[in-house]
Amino acid sequence: MPSDTLEAGSEIRELSYAEAVREALGQAMEADERVFLFGEDVGVYGGAFGVSGDLVHRFGKERVIDTPISELGIAGAAVGAAITGMRPVLEIQFSDFVTLAMEQLVNQAAKIRFMFGGKASVPMVVRLPGGSGTGAAAQHSQSLEAWFAHVPGLKVLQPSTPHDAKGMLLAAIDDPNPVLIFEHKLLYKTKGHVPAEAYRVPIGKAAIRREGTDVTIVGSSIMARKAEAVAERLASDGISAEVIDLRSIRPIDFTTIAESVRKTHRLLVVYEGVKTMGIGAEISAMIAESEVFDFLDAPIIRLGGADAPIPYNPVLEKAAVPQEDDIVAAASNLVRRGEA
Amino acid sequence: MSAHQKPNQRPELAALDDATVAQALTRMHLIRKFEEAAEASYMRGLIHGTMHLSIGQEASAVGTTLPLEAHDYILSTHRGHGHCIARGAEPKLMFAEFFGKETGYCKGRGGSMHIADVEGGNLGANGIVGGGLPIAVGVGMSIKAQKNGRVCMVFFGDGASNEGAFHEALNMASIWKLPVVFVCENNKYGMSMDIGRAMAVANVADRASAYGMPGHCLDGNDLAGVAAVAKEAIARARSSEGPSLIECKTYRWRGHSKSDRNLYRSKEEIEDWRNQDPIRRLEDELKAHDRFDAAALMKLEEDAQRDIDAAVEFARTCPDPDPKDLTRDVYAL
Repeated sequence: MPSDTLEAGSEIRELSYAEAVREALGQAMEADERVFLFGEDVGVYGGAFGVSGDLVHRFGKERVIDTPISELGIAGAAVGAAITGMRPVLEIQFSDFVTLAMEQLVNQAAKIRFMFGGKASVPMVVRLPGGSGTGAAAQHSQSLEAWFAHVPGLKVLQPSTPHDAKGMLLAAIDDPNPVLIFEHKLLYKTKGHVPAEAYRVPIGKAAIRREGTDVTIVGSSIMARKAEAVAERLASDGISAEVIDLRSIRPIDFTTIAESVRKTHRLLVVYEGVKTMGIGAEISAMIAESEVFDFLDAPIIRLGGADAPIPYNPVLEKAAVPQEDDIVAAASNLVRRGEA
Repeated sequence: MSAHQKPNQRPELAALDDATVAQALTRMHLIRKFEEAAEASYMRGLIHGTMHLSIGQEASAVGTTLPLEAHDYILSTHRGHGHCIARGAEPKLMFAEFFGKETGYCKGRGGSMHIADVEGGNLGANGIVGGGLPIAVGVGMSIKAQKNGRVCMVFFGDGASNEGAFHEALNMASIWKLPVVFVCENNKYGMSMDIGRAMAVANVADRASAYGMPGHCLDGNDLAGVAAVAKEAIARARSSEGPSLIECKTYRWRGHSKSDRNLYRSKEEIEDWRNQDPIRRLEDELKAHDRFDAAALMKLEEDAQRDIDAAVEFARTCPDPDPKDLTRDVYAL
């Protein structure tokens, strides 16, 4: 059972991110017999990050299926099950291993509906633990989500809170399209309020985590949490930051970003994936191409991953992706430049 | 013309009654005529893209699918026109797709390499070599979970058997005893690479033992022989005993695609295989056993030609898609 933290007389209940994902999986499987979970070591082992946990004992080996180490094969199996009436949820053990499954996700899952003239749909979910910070080095720490956001036909989500992890996974399982959910490994143990019922968080809507007037900080995944964390420090320096959690990068909620920038006149985009050709480039270009461009009082700043593989050494590893101090410095710089 | 009477008829042929044989021959003719008409349409400028013709491989497509039931699934390849027709697809909707028309099977979005008829159990041709193999595993998982008694037959070429997807798919289908029949149409070349240079064992079917499933190496131009083995493999799949690998040794008379100048094979080799024409072989055998006379056989061929001519005419006059619908169906709503 999840470790519920029930406050006396209230409905406030805290779960970890990993528990929230597991609760969503359990509720989806209880509600719909078409839903099944499969992947490497998701059974008795409970998943490499403990996400599937006890689900195999609750639902049996027929619905929580350990697979061989065959990422291409299991991605294709998800496609085949999805087009013939099932609702597969596939775990790719580390998101880096999705490189072995690209063919099925990019050529098949994303395109089947379109290629078949709308006469099929591919309702599958792929969960991908990603990101750095665990000392796992270059082949177990990447943030590859932007690759998939470049592919029409896929949806790409990055929930950052336990609440969204549950609600977006349930929405993804309902969705008739292939949905990839990138879960940052450092978020799995973070806790937050998670309602017990099976609720949905709509796909494609960003969340304003904190309202502000001086600078808009758009973050994806763990960077949204870091941005939220530093907003108080910025406030004590007299900077009012509006923090937007992207939550979904395909589709992307440009309206919420544009409305915020129209108000704050400054934009900082923070993401862990490599900065070059990344999420920040797309958001910056969308602002530059829109009428909101005229509202900018300072150039847009992107904070993203370094142009280097993720290193093993912990000092280097931290240096390779944006940290809280970097966000504070960039936001302060942006506001000062805007005032100059 | 009654079946099962003439002595010395092979059991594989005797097992097919006259109606079944006539249906098989009709489909083989339809495939041959479809491909010839496709080629002619290309010459006339009616086709925008490339094509991969299966002339010479008709017995493999028709023989393997003959024992399937109506609700069974197939997954096809880039050389997939024959599989569609073998499963009863309508040539006029195939030509409409081929010509890129809104009335085609895929509304002109897929073309030759992506013809699908999901409602009819054809889960699609595939432009990626080996692309259908892992998908077949998932279809098998669906069938098992839904306990609906269906079978999934997946086609691929000799070239695909060197893709990782082949090995991953056969292994998974076997450990989970999925109701899948793997059909390798070994036409000797992966584009230009001779399978003898691309693979260290003599037959693709030899690889079945590595995955703990039966492997059958067949004369792929023998309709009755192919159908007999397919029947056995389909029955095994349907009764939850697990998958099988069938290798149909055959040959494509035409090049890989329109860019092929046949630099890698000899005229003599092509001529040798043309003399093993699967349609002619079946007709000759049926005549030798007095099951069909020449006039009856001729009528089957003429009827097929008439159907194909009408299909081309239908497709030619259909409307093109409207550019305003470009992004329709990228996502399901």
